[in-house]
This record gives sequence, structure tokens and C-alpha cells, in this order.
Amino acid sequence: MIHICDVPRYHAISEDELKQMREKHVLLRSFSYEKTPLERGYTDKILTVDLGAKEAVVSDIPAEVKEKFIGGKGYCLRYLWDAVNPSTRWDSPENEIVMSAGPIAGITQYGGTGKTLICTISPLTDIPVDSNVGGFFGPYLKFAGFDALELKGKSETDVIVVIDATTGTITFEEAPLEHFDAHVLCEELTSLYAKDEKDKMNVAVVAAGSAADYCNMGMLNFSFYDPRRGVTRLKQAGRGGIGRVFRDKRIKALVCRIDGVKANLNHVADIGLINKTGVKFHREIANNDIHQNDMRGVGTAYSLRTLADYDIVPTNNFKFGDAPGIDEMTAAVFKKDWLTQGAADGCWYGCSMACAKASDHFLLKTGPYKGQRVCVDGPEYESAAGLGPACGIYNPQEVLEINFYCDTYGLDTISYGTMTAFLMECYERGILNRERTGGLDLSWGNAADDLELMHRMARNEGFGKIAALGIHKQKAYFAEMGWGDLAEMNDFGMEQKGLEYSEYSAKESLAQQGGYGLTNKGPQHDEAWLIFMDQVNNQIPTFEDKAEALYFYPMFRTWFGLMGLCKLPWNDIVPADNALTDDPKMVPEHVENYLNLYYGVTGKRIDTKEMIRQSERVYNFQRIFNIRMGKGLRADDAIPYRSAGPVFEDEYLWREERYDTQLVELAGYTPEQVKSMSLQERMAATRKFREARYQTLIDAVYPKRGWTLNGVPTVEHLRELGMDLPELLEVIEPLLAKEGV
Amino acid sequence: MKRLIKDESLCIGCHQCEAACAEAYYKTSDPAFACIRIEDREIDGKNRPIIHVCDQCGKCAEVCNSCVIQANPGGVYMIRKKDCVGCLMCVGFCPEQVMVQSDERLEPSKCTACGICAKVCPTGAIRIAED
Repeated sequence: MIHICDVPRYHAISEDELKQMREKHVLLRSFSYEKTPLERGYTDKILTVDLGAKEAVVSDIPAEVKEKFIGGKGYCLRYLWDAVNPSTRWDSPENEIVMSAGPIAGITQYGGTGKTLICTISPLTDIPVDSNVGGFFGPYLKFAGFDALELKGKSETDVIVVIDATTGTITFEEAPLEHFDAHVLCEELTSLYAKDEKDKMNVAVVAAGSAADYCNMGMLNFSFYDPRRGVTRLKQAGRGGIGRVFRDKRIKALVCRIDGVKANLNHVADIGLINKTGVKFHREIANNDIHQNDMRGVGTAYSLRTLADYDIVPTNNFKFGDAPGIDEMTAAVFKKDWLTQGAADGCWYGCSMACAKASDHFLLKTGPYKGQRVCVDGPEYESAAGLGPACGIYNPQEVLEINFYCDTYGLDTISYGTMTAFLMECYERGILNRERTGGLDLSWGNAADDLELMHRMARNEGFGKIAALGIHKQKAYFAEMGWGDLAEMNDFGMEQKGLEYSEYSAKESLAQQGGYGLTNKGPQHDEAWLIFMDQVNNQIPTFEDKAEALYFYPMFRTWFGLMGLCKLPWNDIVPADNALTDDPKMVPEHVENYLNLYYGVTGKRIDTKEMIRQSERVYNFQRIFNIRMGKGLRADDAIPYRSAGPVFEDEYLWREERYDTQLVELAGYTPEQVKSMSLQERMAATRKFREARYQTLIDAVYPKRGWTLNGVPTVEHLRELGMDLPELLEVIEPLLAKEGV
Repeated sequence: MKRLIKDESLCIGCHQCEAACAEAYYKTSDPAFACIRIEDREIDGKNRPIIHVCDQCGKCAEVCNSCVIQANPGGVYMIRKKDCVGCLMCVGFCPEQVMVQSDERLEPSKCTACGICAKVCPTGAIRIAED
């Protein structure tokens, strides 16, 4: 086991190198601004940065925007809506990247309170995507005087934008000598803008990576400096290709520098309540974590073996749910051999859950940094499962190396993992071969060629250009080339709305099928992570329970994104007596904590009903935003069949007994009928039943959400929420008229 | 290494140590503001208090992600308050629950092994040891 005490500090960049970089910086434009202090979690200011005009403008956030959109994702969507029109695409100059941390973000006393929400029109989905990320930038942006940041227009050259709250200046600079890959660039900029070693804590950097220039799954890294290791660490706003938009605007990096963090920069309404709630939470983690999920020891990858036991790990492109190789990458293995123990691994201050684990001085075996020793983030469950078992890879060293390169190149580990798994299945099925891949052998488990594929993506070379498209466009391309059948690829290509699935095989969880299919941004679990609740803990057993959960949890979980909160401290570790409460799956004590934090910061007392209403306003706004952009109706909530059932014969045979039994117990066949049916007939019957069940689920969920059966929010529902805004009605009224509503 | 050590068999539960500590650093006699905690416990009809003291175990320093708690040359863990972000993780993780958090201040405080508590202890149940 590796303990933080035994981990040598990382080497700092030499003064000579920094001097050379600094000397080559070109100041393009500079603006002064007066910093607005926070009051009860808000500055009520937004900073708009126009990359094309090199302008920085500070504006007031109107009271009605604050009232209806609260902050975080709400602000991001509101300002993005105003910037774009129905024909805007990801690379249109008017497309914006909007970031906002939310009113609770930046308190230091409670776990998971440093999230930044980011929205843009996605290159993968052509609709708004929202992604959330830890690290310093969002809270520092607040401390610098801004509740939100809009990035619009396009620069002609690569620029960095520096928000320096210590001097009240915003500058556009060229920084030609700095690298593009995030682990180096963030370290360089942290060192360049900090006065000294101690001041590195006060610098936050946002950067993509060299592959984000070409790849639709490009993501954004957010830095946080780790004074114990002496290294700038990274967290990722992974989903939906925000990094690609960032680089299309020719932003090399954003830097935010502040004087320092103190306990009450949010100038909250009731610091005593926040202190009390925070200490209670920390004590709970101190006492319970090791007996529950050991988040402090392993992070979210703790769950791999448990999920595999329920056939949930998406082995071989979600074909199966378990494989013996998973035993090679259990929590115990990561803890023993790879992840540094005893470190304070929170990605924001006060996160005692500390799940941002790291593998230190990891020796790279491939690529441009081959032979170097680096700090690798995670891997989190999603990264471990997607980069590993989904591609038939079970070697932790290989998973960590792929994880490292995804991060530094600016590629979303989830999209990259699911996409590579799709390519590997295409390879297995002969849709791809060595000739078509430019010599790459994409057989299951071939980590070397997996990595080579990624290096080619970063260099924009050969088949790397095809990989850069993402599954949705790959399917069309392979069909157009006559390599594969589109209908078949639609069945096993794990994307919906253009976004690659995150890493849960949902075949045996109807709730999670809906949890993926009925999302706003596409199949990401953060909106409705129901699989544990449904399949592992059996807390929503009936059809009605599942339908209700698909109304309630997306709204409940949206609230975290309005506030700038991480969802993990809600239910990954729970109070010791949680099982004895009326509703253990809700973790009532933690919900009470969140209501107290909201009151403590803003001075406004709300209950869970108002919590849901706050979310519902934004959730429905996002749904209508999708409709406005052309992808928000029932047809768009269809899912690839693999998410619901077995596509191929070997997949059915892998759990033949289960599927046969379900034909009797759920689909109404007699045992004799099933016995007499051929494999193909049983597969067809299973498919018919499962696809119909998904449609029945939609029929039950949409009305609960206040939507028509075509998935359109009704005027009545919007009115009830106070969201009958003219611009929303303009989008939905023609559709409602068509439905006769 | 300098630290506070205890002999519970000598403790009579007078709580003077708590009052002295709280008075010295927070100008109050409220034991909630003391970096020593006497837990009254009755056994066989007699008060057999448990003494909770900081033994400089360093857990507070381990959980601090700003690295502002560090041992001085004497082995006493000190908080560099100027740089402390007030996250209170140290307070929550202290195994003896003897760190102090006050809503009047942005940073918590901990035992510095100053000996004020030991000086007022009438029985010698707590004392400063240097080894």
C-alpha cells in the first residue's frame, strides 16, 4: 500500500522555463473591473467575455432570472438560450460556453460544495449539454465577483483569459510556449500566475487538451493545486464535448486568481448553521466511511465488483454485465497497488469524502510522455468501467494509462470508453478491420492499440479522425461506406441523442433504462442514477415506483446542479441510522442538511417541495430548449435496444435462463411455449416485451412530469411552475396544437 | 515530543481544566470552547470521568487539504490560521473531539500543549510530558 507520507513531491517547473514562457506572453487587451463582494452566496453579476472582439463586460443578473433560475445550471441554460437560435450549432460564433457555480458553491464547511456547472450547444448532440466539475475555478470565479461567466465569439489566435481578482483586471493574452496538454498546461499556468509556492493554491486553471481541437468528445479540465503532493491536479467537465467548443473559440486556457480562500467569502446568512451542519457531516464520514463504501480509500471505483455481481458493469460494449477479469481491478487491488492512501483528496475544500483519488508517480509506457512519471486522477467508477471492462481491458495499469491520456488530451473518459467499446464490437463483427482502422487491431482487450488510437486522435491522424466523430456520426459513416448495417449498429451503438452512454448496463433495470433514455442531455447517469436503488437495493420494486422515481429523482438531482453541489455526499455515505428512517433511499438527514445549507447561505427557508419546484422550472426549461433546437420529443427519447435487452445470440445465451424465465413470469408465455420456441423466437419475444415495457414506462412518466405523451411540457404545467414565459410558449404551442392539447 | 498526558484514575471531574482552557483562548468558561473534554460517567454510583485530550496524533493534519496544520519541532501540531480556510474537517475527524469550533471565528483551534489546563488540575490527572 502506498501512503501519502511516502510519496515524494513532484518536481516544480524550473524558473528558467517559466521566465521564457512569461517573456513570450503577449498582452492583447486588458480591462479593469470593480470586484463585487458576495452577499448571501451571490454577487448578482455575470462576466461576458467575447473572444472575437476581445471584450470583457460585467452586467447585473436581473432579479427575475435569479428567482426562476437560482444559479448554476439554471443560469447557464438561461444565458445560453438568450445567446443562440434554433439554427445555432456547436461551432457557430454565437454559441456560448456558460459557467456558473451556484449560490452554495464556495462554502468550505461541507463536502462537495465546489461544483461548477457548464452548458453549451454540444458537438455530439446539437442540443444544450450540461456538465459539472470540481476544482477551484467556479468558486474562485464567485470570489472574483461573478456568479457566472459567458464565453462567446471566436478568437483568431490561441489566447488565455486571465481573471485576476487581486488586481481587478481581466486580460487576454497569448501564451505561445505553454503546452496544450492539460497536465502540463495547468501546471505551467498555475506556476506562472502564482507569486510563490503557497500562492499556487490561489490560482485556478481551466484547459482542454490537444485532442479537444479535433474530437467531438473534447472535455474541460479544472485544476486544483495539491500542496501536499506539490502538483496541480485536474477534475473534468467530461460530458458533451464542451472542450471542443472551448478550443473552437481558440481558448487555450482560463485562469482565475484570488487573494485566498477563507471560511465565509460567501458572506452567508447564518454561518453558525453551516458550521454545525459541516462538523456533523465530517464526523459522520470519519465514523462511517470505512464501514460503508470507503470513498476515502478508493473513490467511486469501489463499486466495480458489486455492480458486476448484478450484471451491471458494461463488459464488451454493454454486451455482458460481468467478467472474471473484474477481479483484477477490485477496490482491494486499486487500494493495495495503485491509489495513494491517507491523502486529503477532496477536489474542493471541506470535502471529507475525499473521493478524488490519485495514482502517484505513475510511469507512462506510451505516447508523447512515455517514460515520465505523472499524477493520474482516479480512476472513478465511470472511467474504470468504460476504459476497462467495456473494452475488455482488466489491467489497472492499462486503465490508468488510458485514463491519464484521456485527461491530458482533453477527452471525456466516458465517451471515449463507450466509443472505443463500440469500435471494438464493430471490429469483432467485421464492420471494421485492420485495413479500415489503418492497422489498428481493435480486438477486445488490446490496450496497446486502444492507446495508439487515442494518440492518433490527439494528432488528428488517420483512423483517429473517425474516432473523433463519436458513435452517432461513426454509425452513419460506416453505413455510408457500406461497412455495416445501420439498423444493427443502432442496436449496439451505445449512444442516444448523440451522446455516448455512461457505464451502467441497464438491461435488468427498467428504471435505469428510463434514467438514461428520458434525460435531457442524453444518457448520463447524473440525472437519474437509479440503478443502485432499483437493481441492487430493490428500493423501487413496482412499476409505479419506477415511474415515480423517474419523475422525482431527475428533479431532486437537478437541484444539486442549481446550487453548485456534488451529489455524491448525498447518498454514498449515509448516517449510521439511515436504514431506520421512513425513507432510507432519500437519506432524510442529508436532505435536511441541504435545506439547512441553502438557508444558511441565502437566508431563505425552503422545504423539499420548493426544492423540487426550483428544479422543475429549470428542468422544463431545458426540455423546451431541446425542443427548440430540434431534439426534445418522444422520438428522441428512444434508446438503443442493447440498453434494454440482448441484441445478439451469444448475449442472450449468456443469461439464457434469466431471459427464458422472464418470458414466463413477465411476458405471459407458458413454460411449454418457451421450451418449443427457437432461440431467435425467444430473442424476438424478449425484445418485443422489453421494447413495449419501455414505451409503457414513458406513457407513465411523461404525465407525471407534466408533459404530453409526445414529451412536450404543457402550458398548464408551466403556468403552475411560474414558467409560462413567452419564449417557451412560442416553442411549445404549435406542438401542443398538433397534439390537440 | 511535547504533549498532554492523562491519568483518569486521578480525575475528580471538577472541570477546571476545561474552564481554564476556554477562558484562556475564548474568554468564556463554556466547556464547548475548551481543547480538553471531561466526560462525566457514573460507575457504581461514583463519578469516574473520562478525560479526552489531544495527544498530538496528527489526524487533524492528515485530513487538512490546505496543509495548514503541521507539527512544530516539539511535535505539537499547530494551525497556521492565516492560511486556514475553515473547512472544519479537522474538527470532525478529531478522534477525541477536542478541537474547538466557534461561530465567532473563521478558524478552529486545537490544543497547543500550553499546559494551562494542567496547571489548574488539582490532582495531577493531566500533565505536560516531553519525551
